[in-house]
Amino acid sequence: MLTLVVNGNRSTVDVDPATPLLWVLRENLHLTGTKYGCGMALCGACTVHLDGEAVRSCVTPVSRAVGKKVTTIEGLSAGLTHPLQRAWIELDVPQCGYCQSGQLMAAAVLLRENPHPTDEDINEGMAGNICRCGTYPRIRRAIHRAAALMAEGKSR
Amino acid sequence: MSAASRAASGGQATKLNRREFLKTGAAATGGLVIALHFSTLAPSEAALAAAPAEFAPNAFVRVAPDGAVTVIIGKAEMGQGVYTSLPMLLADEMDADWTRVHCEFAPVDPAYNHTVFGIMLTGGSTSIWSSYEQFRKAGATARALLVQAAADVWTVPPADCRTENSFVIHTASGRRAAYGDLAAKAAELKPPAAVTLKDPKDFKLIGKPIHRLDTPAKCNGSATFSIDVDRPGMLVAVLARPPLFGGKAKSFDATAAKAIPGVRQVIEIPRGIAVVADGYWAARRGRDALKIEWDEGPLAGYSSAKQRADYAALAKTPGVVARKEGDVAAALAGAAKKLEAEYELPYLAHATMEPMNCVADVRADSCEVWAGSQFQTFDRMTAAQAAGLKPEQTRLHTTFLGGGFGRRAVPDCHMVLEAVQVSKAAGVPIKVIWTREDDMRGGYYRPFFYHRLAGGLDASGNIAAWTQTIVGQSFLAGTPFASMIKNGVDGTSVEGAADTPYLIPNLLVDLHSPSLEVPTLWWRSVGHSHTAFVVESFLDELAHEAGKDPYELRRKLLARAPRHLRVLDLAAEKAGWNSPVPPGRGRGIAVHDSFGSYFAYVAEVSVAKSGALTVHRMVCALDCGPIVNPDTIKAQVEGAVIFALTAALRGEITLENGRVRQSNFNDYQMLRIYECPEIEVHIVESTEKQGGIGEPGVPCAAPAVANAIFALTGKRIRRLPIRAGDLRSA
Repeated sequence: MLTLVVNGNRSTVDVDPATPLLWVLRENLHLTGTKYGCGMALCGACTVHLDGEAVRSCVTPVSRAVGKKVTTIEGLSAGLTHPLQRAWIELDVPQCGYCQSGQLMAAAVLLRENPHPTDEDINEGMAGNICRCGTYPRIRRAIHRAAALMAEGKSR
Repeated sequence: MSAASRAASGGQATKLNRREFLKTGAAATGGLVIALHFSTLAPSEAALAAAPAEFAPNAFVRVAPDGAVTVIIGKAEMGQGVYTSLPMLLADEMDADWTRVHCEFAPVDPAYNHTVFGIMLTGGSTSIWSSYEQFRKAGATARALLVQAAADVWTVPPADCRTENSFVIHTASGRRAAYGDLAAKAAELKPPAAVTLKDPKDFKLIGKPIHRLDTPAKCNGSATFSIDVDRPGMLVAVLARPPLFGGKAKSFDATAAKAIPGVRQVIEIPRGIAVVADGYWAARRGRDALKIEWDEGPLAGYSSAKQRADYAALAKTPGVVARKEGDVAAALAGAAKKLEAEYELPYLAHATMEPMNCVADVRADSCEVWAGSQFQTFDRMTAAQAAGLKPEQTRLHTTFLGGGFGRRAVPDCHMVLEAVQVSKAAGVPIKVIWTREDDMRGGYYRPFFYHRLAGGLDASGNIAAWTQTIVGQSFLAGTPFASMIKNGVDGTSVEGAADTPYLIPNLLVDLHSPSLEVPTLWWRSVGHSHTAFVVESFLDELAHEAGKDPYELRRKLLARAPRHLRVLDLAAEKAGWNSPVPPGRGRGIAVHDSFGSYFAYVAEVSVAKSGALTVHRMVCALDCGPIVNPDTIKAQVEGAVIFALTAALRGEITLENGRVRQSNFNDYQMLRIYECPEIEVHIVESTEKQGGIGEPGVPCAAPAVANAIFALTGKRIRRLPIRAGDLRSA
């Protein structure tokens, strides 16, 4: 039995400790917002936060998450209030939407570490996330927009 | 009565049988007859349960007493925007309050058949133009009934009432009634025989950049794709499929697989061996632990090198004629200059972000399937047949699609078939998940194509002759669509070449369709994905050979093609074609029509000494006729550019020793954010015939880039993907 804290909720799961965190989130905890894309940390669709750091849950053994705080897309904000979610909605970023949980979770770490990213910073921070629909131009604009929303929020 | 069965009993284009399908198909595709090899089409499925007080005047809309308006769409949402654009059509005519409009995916029911193809399918960039009147009429009908209901209550003539934002208003008295409050009353009225549609100048939603209805659910993880579906008692299956197409398992040993904790069953089905487990991880480990002896089948020892050699040899022989104008042999013989070239385009995987998967729950007397399906009618029929049940005992739930690009419109329905067969054998609900590697190596690729061309210029540098021999597999052969192959020509192999709008007096396009065990399929923009590259590149070659400006030459050859001309001129103007190119950069142009829409691109590129290519800027001009949602159009073009460049710069599925070499995103790479060019989209204001938008942005993006590379380096790209080695400075 392993104890996990995901989005602030404590649960115990009976799984092989080597099982990737991704499948425990999806199949045991029914948090299906985190997606399977490649299983090799190549596409970023499975990105979640482990103690605030972006990790690829498809290659992270669930045992590594024990004793740490796991945040998934379902826990990014209550009611789509995170500046990134607001910007994503304002600019209608998603197309098929499958990669977007991972994009948002990667962008959330980028913005927390760098509240005013340049295009270059965005290129670097988002390089690990693939979007097959080609929403990259909007992801870039939305990250800039979220940065502006965050700045507005602070100056209020 | 449910919305769909109400529509069915209304008798409007609902009881579709084989003959009607053929008739519709023939009329709609301009003489192409689609023979349906399935025995019957499914009868109407009991559909959407409207609560008694709800108003459901047709299969496409319900109004709840609280005023919520639900629009039901038979199309699949794979990112292209129909989940928003189709409701916009209906809500505009209905004068519904857009903030109360929801969208819902329809069950499989003839009421939702494609108005042209006569089955439920999403493809060919047809959703908007083929639903434009249907959805507007559905909205106008609902509006008329709500007006009638209000007029009856107020005992005033309906003509004295108007509608606005989900209210009926009696203009003279100012009395207002909410649609929700009128729902029960309106539900008792008979729909009018005819309705009047709005004058486009009165549109409130159509033509406006309306926010997508699916965006919020796609920003918090709540949007449900088929891979997210869970059922009580459901197990997960991962399959071992033959490592070579056309191979099969001779024998297997599941001892090691069954020893893995969580593995429950190992089941052989015709397409492979399924390891059924409590979850994906155990199923995957179990699958990998199977010991299988394979019969490699006919592709044993086969390679892309052999395919290339075979196709090149075939291209030197005459094929089946797809288009013939004038006398090319004489024109080439008499040409002042003659140019020959061979082009090669590889197999391409769709590589949707959501790998193939399907959930099936087969019981003794019912079968339920959850699938991201572009082909719901076929998928449901196949599920029923595989389950050994009647179509009416079989339900298919369409979920959001994590990318489609044609991959989820599969005539053999293998994705659904596997899940149903495994569920039936296992006796529990099953989710079949393809690993990324399974998906990448699973076939159904854009075919490998080889083109051999010759062009002749007269003494003034005009193109006097053009021959083009195309070699590539037909993916219609052997499917329910086989009879679309006319006189030996699969139109999807030659579209974009045989129907070129360029005025060339002597023209010959012919085709070889060799068969091979590698499964192939339509891939975003279908035949245009290769023909536009070849035609637009070779035309550029001839322009340079003739010493003519590639833009001006195109203008001349398109003198009788005003829609092409308009986008070509607009792209050239916006890109500053006649202004100096920024230092170190090259500029290229291309124009193409497909799926009823007209596109032109101007590309700006640079090439490093290492041969590394940077695409800096893509300027697009397009004419797709009257538009519905300009922001969706922009998004589709942005996506199309990236999709096209991904293929042109990276995309290649190759065979070695009969096996697919590529496996995942490490060796079948996608463009990433840092490689994304600046993309400008200019939409022509047009009242011409409506075309599609999901696909036509793809075809001429890559040739614009290749032409820019030539303008900069003098190196002609005749083989995709573009390799740094081809561009490296000596």
